[in-house]
Amino acid sequence: MCFLQRSEASPRREAAGNRGAKDLRPSSGCAQAFFEREELHIQELAQQVVSGLATGSIFASLALALVLIYRSMDVINFAQGELAMFTTFIAWQFTEQGMPLWAAFAATMAISFAGAVALERIVIRPIERAPQLTIVIVTLGLLIIFNGLAGWIWGYELKSFPSPFPTAPIHAGNVTFSSQDLGVIGVTLAALLLIYLFFSRTKLGLAMRAAALYPAESRVLGIPQGWMLALGWGLAAVMGTLSGLMVAPIVFLDPNMMQSIVVYAFAAAVLGGIDSPVGAVVGGLVLGVTLNLLGTYVDFIGTDLRLPVAFAIIVGVLVVRPSGMFGHRRLTRV
Amino acid sequence: MALLELDDLRARYGETDVLHGITLSVEPGAIVAILGANGAGKTTTFRAITGAIPTSGAVRFDGRPIKGNSPEAAARLGIAHVPEGRGTLAALTVRENLALGAFTQKDSKRTRATYERVVSYFPRLAERCNQAAGTLSGGEQQMLAIGRALMMEPRLMLLDEPSLGLAPLIVREIFALLERINKSDGVTILVSEQNAKLALAAASHAYVLETGRIAVSGPSADLNRDDAVRKSYLGY
Repeated sequence: MCFLQRSEASPRREAAGNRGAKDLRPSSGCAQAFFEREELHIQELAQQVVSGLATGSIFASLALALVLIYRSMDVINFAQGELAMFTTFIAWQFTEQGMPLWAAFAATMAISFAGAVALERIVIRPIERAPQLTIVIVTLGLLIIFNGLAGWIWGYELKSFPSPFPTAPIHAGNVTFSSQDLGVIGVTLAALLLIYLFFSRTKLGLAMRAAALYPAESRVLGIPQGWMLALGWGLAAVMGTLSGLMVAPIVFLDPNMMQSIVVYAFAAAVLGGIDSPVGAVVGGLVLGVTLNLLGTYVDFIGTDLRLPVAFAIIVGVLVVRPSGMFGHRRLTRV
Repeated sequence: MALLELDDLRARYGETDVLHGITLSVEPGAIVAILGANGAGKTTTFRAITGAIPTSGAVRFDGRPIKGNSPEAAARLGIAHVPEGRGTLAALTVRENLALGAFTQKDSKRTRATYERVVSYFPRLAERCNQAAGTLSGGEQQMLAIGRALMMEPRLMLLDEPSLGLAPLIVREIFALLERINKSDGVTILVSEQNAKLALAAASHAYVLETGRIAVSGPSADLNRDDAVRKSYLGY
């Protein structure tokens, strides 16, 4: 997960350094040295892939949040990242007051769910039938409000956020993985599984899918459109909060923490297909791994050019295949 | 007391008046038909009943106005609307479509029993239960729409042109099933049709709609017997 870290050292260079040091060891023959180096390459690759999957799952959570709202309202909630940042601050506040970390996480999830439902009912409901542009502008307004509010309440200096995962690395054979990376992947996958089960196995989840895809038809079946929308906001906020809680220990907490993450999440959602939840997850993981590998093995990209790469992916996908990997092509009759 | 009463129901799309005061009543347990050509206002009448469009005049269900005046509210009261175009949730499976029909039902055991009954009416739905509803044929989709409406255990079913786009054989099959459902489940049915002959055979009472007004109404047998009505409004 190196590239989310605010460190100047390039992982590529470090890795190269290590390799150099190992190469200096006397070896019995050329062949052995070759194989050792080969193995090191694979170990490094494995680490970078896992690290990429970890960042990717953070993108995936937030991308899924964007997709959940896009599916039901046809708009991107530009405030999604800031909402996640805000709720992460709430979790931080809880831990500062001595609440155990996981309890603070659970409480924060509950608050973000209820808060987002209320936000939808109070702010979005009155403009539900307004043109999409109106809703977009309102979400941009929310972005600014929550950013300012967080700065006003908690200030702009960087705060370190406790990690819920152990610091000791985990060894699997010759490869060493960070517990942080594996923890992030594990927690995200668990959350995604829960969301999947909710949407595929429960009546409420099914009703939410129907309401998003077929608003008029599902109203006829007695499904309250407005409340399904509000629940969608709640779930999206929970997924966003998850991404905030997972990323905060890595990048430090501040009111602008999510601003680049939300761009990556948007890139992930577009890559996967903006109306596809599966696409958001796959897109997030693919993006995380790709960016990590590009940053590690392509020197000129390093840590600085990753955000432009994300933008390039957005533009590229929109030009070549607007429906992304899993999205549906929309046909409009003229 | 009538199960459904419309009293001087009016509706407009933008500046255009579409319904100019519809008054009709549906007795509990009856099958009532609304006949009329394209554009006569059949679909609009249904949409007005469920509150999908703004209206003036009164809609009374069970003697009371429908509170909230929205399709959701109508569904909760037990009015199942099988809309024009069948309202198929195309990307969801047949089973999911049926499950959503029971959204307003709380008792899952009872829903299971209803499901068994629906499937006994439409065995083909059981065969295709894991198939996406959009892949069904037109006739199957109509059966799915009726089955899904039944899952609601409705007191009143509103059927908007069930024969539209279907082969005559399938249309007859569907009407036979509607009569069976009406008798054995006690569901009151208000059905709109262009196929007057078929609808009059099933319904006890019919209203002929012409450009947003009721032109003629009466017991089906009387309408069928009246040569003038048959020639000018029913077209046979």
